Amino acid sequence: MLTLNMAIFLPFLASLLIPFIYRRHFKIHIGWFVLIVPVILFITLITYLPQIKQGDSFTETLNWIPTFNINLTSYIDGLSLIFGLLITGIGALVVFYSIFYLDFSENLGHFYTYLLLFMGSMLGVVFSDHMMILYAFWELTSISSFLLIAFWYQRKGSRYGAKKSLLITVFGGLGMLIGFLMLYQITGTFSIRETFELIIPLKEHILFTPALILILLGAFTKSAQFPFHIWLPDAMEAPTPVSAYLHSATMVKAGIYIVARFTPIFGGDAVWFYAVSITGLITLFWGAFSAIRETDLKALLAYSTISQLGLVMSLFGVSSLSLHPTITINEVLYTQAAFAALFHLVNHSTFKGALFMVVGILDFKIGTRDIRRLGGLMLFMPISFSIALIGSFSMAGLPPFNGFLSKEMFFQAMLSVNEFDFFSLNTIGVLFPIIAWIASVFTFIYSMIIVFKTFLGKPKEKKLSQAKEASFGMLLAPSILAIFIFLIFIFPNVLADNILKPAVFNIYPNLENNYFEPIKAWHGFNTELFMTMGVVVIGTVIFAFYRRWNIVYKLFPKFLSFDALYNNSLIFFDRLAKNTTSKYMTGYLRHYFQYVFITFTLLVGFTLFKLNAFSFSLTGDEPIGIFEWILAITIIIAGISMIITSSRLTAIVINGYIGFTIALFFVLFRAPDLALTQVVIETVTTALFLLALYFLPRWEEKRAPVRERRQNFIIAASVGLVFTLVALSVKSGRLFTSISSFFEDSDEKAGAANIVNTILGDFRAFDTMLEVIVLFIAGIGVFTLIKANKKRGAHNLEDK
Amino acid sequence: METLIIIVAGILVTVAVYLLLSKNVIRVILGTAVLTHAVHLLIMAMGGFKGDSVPIVSQKETSFVDALPQALILTSIVISFAVTAFFLVLAYQTYKYTKTDDLSEMRGVDHE
Repeated sequence: MLTLNMAIFLPFLASLLIPFIYRRHFKIHIGWFVLIVPVILFITLITYLPQIKQGDSFTETLNWIPTFNINLTSYIDGLSLIFGLLITGIGALVVFYSIFYLDFSENLGHFYTYLLLFMGSMLGVVFSDHMMILYAFWELTSISSFLLIAFWYQRKGSRYGAKKSLLITVFGGLGMLIGFLMLYQITGTFSIRETFELIIPLKEHILFTPALILILLGAFTKSAQFPFHIWLPDAMEAPTPVSAYLHSATMVKAGIYIVARFTPIFGGDAVWFYAVSITGLITLFWGAFSAIRETDLKALLAYSTISQLGLVMSLFGVSSLSLHPTITINEVLYTQAAFAALFHLVNHSTFKGALFMVVGILDFKIGTRDIRRLGGLMLFMPISFSIALIGSFSMAGLPPFNGFLSKEMFFQAMLSVNEFDFFSLNTIGVLFPIIAWIASVFTFIYSMIIVFKTFLGKPKEKKLSQAKEASFGMLLAPSILAIFIFLIFIFPNVLADNILKPAVFNIYPNLENNYFEPIKAWHGFNTELFMTMGVVVIGTVIFAFYRRWNIVYKLFPKFLSFDALYNNSLIFFDRLAKNTTSKYMTGYLRHYFQYVFITFTLLVGFTLFKLNAFSFSLTGDEPIGIFEWILAITIIIAGISMIITSSRLTAIVINGYIGFTIALFFVLFRAPDLALTQVVIETVTTALFLLALYFLPRWEEKRAPVRERRQNFIIAASVGLVFTLVALSVKSGRLFTSISSFFEDSDEKAGAANIVNTILGDFRAFDTMLEVIVLFIAGIGVFTLIKANKKRGAHNLEDK
Repeated sequence: METLIIIVAGILVTVAVYLLLSKNVIRVILGTAVLTHAVHLLIMAMGGFKGDSVPIVSQKETSFVDALPQALILTSIVISFAVTAFFLVLAYQTYKYTKTDDLSEMRGVDHE
């Protein structure tokens, strides 16, 4: 039996194994091995079902960083189970479908590694109780989505779409991270479940609303809510199995999961209600409205996904009303909205998954997804047609398919809004059902476009008449989904009782009344039914005048769209970054040194001044002998003449002089090892310099301009001054006793008399070893540079 | 004596920074070499010059000078040698390709 934590990590483990299997079993499609993972997980999750139905939940904690209170706490309840089943169930179907969709010429190893990575991180998102862990998995889903969209990275559109989705979702993710941190600031816990209780008395906290908005930002970007929806149509560059899986059934629902999960925390708040429901409704309308314009079937489905996500979102917005203090939780009115939301969520995964797979079949078999070039395929591809018909009609909200049921419940929830007399809803609440209805008309139209423009009419191109039905394997996965669409319509309460209801209790932890109206297909002639009938009538009329209707879209100029905003701001920031960088990255070494030195002087000098840290005393100084005076004065003279001299030979000799004088100093300081080493090294260094002189040109007489020299001198003098002041202060105010006496027992501890050598060769032998490595690397560098081939390396500089 | 050594080191730092800011490759490399000298003197001065004998354990009990700065400097001398050698070869190769030892003329072209 798999434990929950193991379930999350199983896909990750499997993705690690793929590179090994991929090479070994060339002959068999690797997808068959990958398929095992979601199937096992699905079965594992199903076994939780009976207990979850009783209202139980399971927690499993694995201590990870207990000191920071970060533990891998997996938590499974009704709500996460729904998502878990979708992830693994649709996942299994998609993997199966992809076996036929992607052949051996594709880079299957990469594809399935990314797909498993996604599956694992998505499970992590829905099963994590710790907000930081949830966030980490959340960003991992963004990254794996990025990799999958860019799977055909040779295409420009794929790279564009991948980048866009990553930028937008990660932007929202970062907002969510800050929101989580704010929640932690309020309650002191990262656990979502503990927050439920702790937040109740703290709703007046100043960070409560900012946290709410930031968490919603994460949810809205991920679930492609208006105006962040622009990434989803571009994400359709991904292979179709990916679009079906990530960008309609699972990843884009992560935002919805977050909204549902955090409803017990934020629900009842006016900001939450308005943000979620209004954004949802706008998205519902705008997505449906934009979908009709599209001619690419996948882009059309993308906009329809946006719209459907908006629908579910708005339902969760309405459902949050039942947590308002004036509403008794046991009134069914608004809890029913959450129920409808979850129901539609499942239904959407079934019909949208099926539709994506059919579009994938068309693309695979005919080579185009453009409805202007398709048509009349019903005769040639009858099974695909049937699946598309079932999926589209369900999406349009027509019986006898599951979409009809959830659409009616949606209308019902929207109609109930103006019965609420807070947040001034009794007046503007009327708009809710109106917008919902208009959006449903558009939904109906684009659903009809998918079926009728593709499968009916006359074949617009010759090759369409030669189209053949897809293979059995390719049709199996969408067929299973189509069967579900139908079965859920007939037995909706099996799904509702076993899976949906336990989840509703997780959204409302204090809900006691376990009565929900059983879902019925026929509930008499009521407002909802008339609304649906209106949708069908008006929708059919507009669909008939489809061509004329298209003019409406010309009213929106392209440069005002959010896409244009995204593109332009990307270009703007690109330029801004480039201009800013080129201002200070001038390519002159002198400038870079100036930055370093000026920063050093100002920072250290200011600190020294501000802390009043300068101190100076001569006590404790050793007396200075005449010999030391002489050496010191000659070094100073040598240093100054080094600056003045215009002969390179003189400069090098002076450098050598300073080096040898320092060797003499070492003798006076009773450091024989240093003196010896210094003499040897200084000799070799001077020889090297002289050797370099042989190759390099003489110094030219022209000197730097006076202004520049003065500038250099001022910087040099101030660095020297700050250096001296700091060194004097450190010398005069010792804070600690020296640790050197430890090493003076070198004879006993290491059996050697020379303390310096023992430090290097024994006490700090590791350092010395690394030093040897540095020497070695420098040696390799020197060798490579000398060997460097002029022709290979130099031409870049020559192309001026 | 510590104060004197610190002042000498400070002057060497000034010289080194001045050289580093110049445009000639060799002067920049000399700047790094002088900076190393200054730092060695600084480390010595920080350890202090107390103690009677060289840091080698012998029979008669005396106080040693501080051995730790010496160990640090010994490492530093060797590393700075390696770096100087690398710089010199780099300067040589750069000159071979660009025909100039003036850093302001070596500025790379913008890649676009």
